[in-house]
Amino acid sequence: MTDPFELWSYLAEEPLLWLTVTLAAYVIADRIAEALRRHPLANPVLIAIILIALVLTISSTPFEAYFEGAQFVHFMLGPATVALALPLYDNLGRVRKTLLPMLAALLAGAVTAIGSALGIAYALGVRGEALLSLAPKSATAPVALGVSQAIGGEPTLTAVLVILTGITGAIVATPLLNALRITDWRARGFAVGLAAHGIGTAHAFRVNSTAGAFAGIGMGLNAMLTALLAPLVVGALF
Amino acid sequence: MIQNVAILLLFQLGGELASRGFGLPVPGPVIGLAALFATFIALPRLADRMRETTSGLLAHLSLLFVPAGVGVTAHLGTFAENGLALAAALIGSTTLAILAGVWAFILTAKLTGAAADD
Repeated sequence: MTDPFELWSYLAEEPLLWLTVTLAAYVIADRIAEALRRHPLANPVLIAIILIALVLTISSTPFEAYFEGAQFVHFMLGPATVALALPLYDNLGRVRKTLLPMLAALLAGAVTAIGSALGIAYALGVRGEALLSLAPKSATAPVALGVSQAIGGEPTLTAVLVILTGITGAIVATPLLNALRITDWRARGFAVGLAAHGIGTAHAFRVNSTAGAFAGIGMGLNAMLTALLAPLVVGALF
Repeated sequence: MIQNVAILLLFQLGGELASRGFGLPVPGPVIGLAALFATFIALPRLADRMRETTSGLLAHLSLLFVPAGVGVTAHLGTFAENGLALAAALIGSTTLAILAGVWAFILTAKLTGAAADD
């Protein structure tokens, strides 16, 4: 038998181990969510993140080593975003009919996302960099990080806020909209995509394919609007 | 399948080039999405050919956010200083943004006669 230390240094250097851990953690997280009958709080992304973070802490693995393997999964985000063109195309008729509702929802949602985040945080005493980092949090990560840098926020904090916003949206959306008896999947999907970007869109796809298609549009449009709006709002307020 | 993945990558690449080349505020993959959507309208046959690959990819969209999410756990310290206030802002503002979006959509759909069809 090989020296276990040698074996470990092989595994620690190759991407294989952490790629496997990422997929396995997701499968386990999905099973857990299933076992909890898809309770909104049992979000598979959140559970998988916690499981992997625990493994990394216990094995004292730095994030960079983990990402050597996980980057292959992370990379697929780009092609998957492009792939959203198909559900969008499949819903072309619905999309054409709802151009005005989408525009109204986009404006109302984007202004509310930026304004209420700044308002609540300011009222609770958050100031300076931390406050500015909050402004673009509903936009998809690459846009949010760029905006944060441009308006004087802290991109690392924005990254944390963006991911937490996505998970919050995925957890809150279904119970909230069910309680309000909102049955229009177009409206539900669009609002979740604009408020909670890709993680919200992934959640919408699990619930309903029309909701998923509209969530993808909401995410894309809000990425553009936040990039334009956040600097204006911040410039006007501070 | 390989051909379809190559098409997705090609559109992403084109999007990245456009985004960086012209300094657009929109990320490359989102431009790629819009360009592929326009291509589907022009070439409906392409959409049918790519259906299996894209739906396979989108069925597991959640998984793709896991590595970035793990990355974030290393920076939770930046969150700790204003933790409670930021958490309240996130939960409050995400909820309000969903409500504002849903209501604006439904109200405008009623006014313009674009009632739900399902």
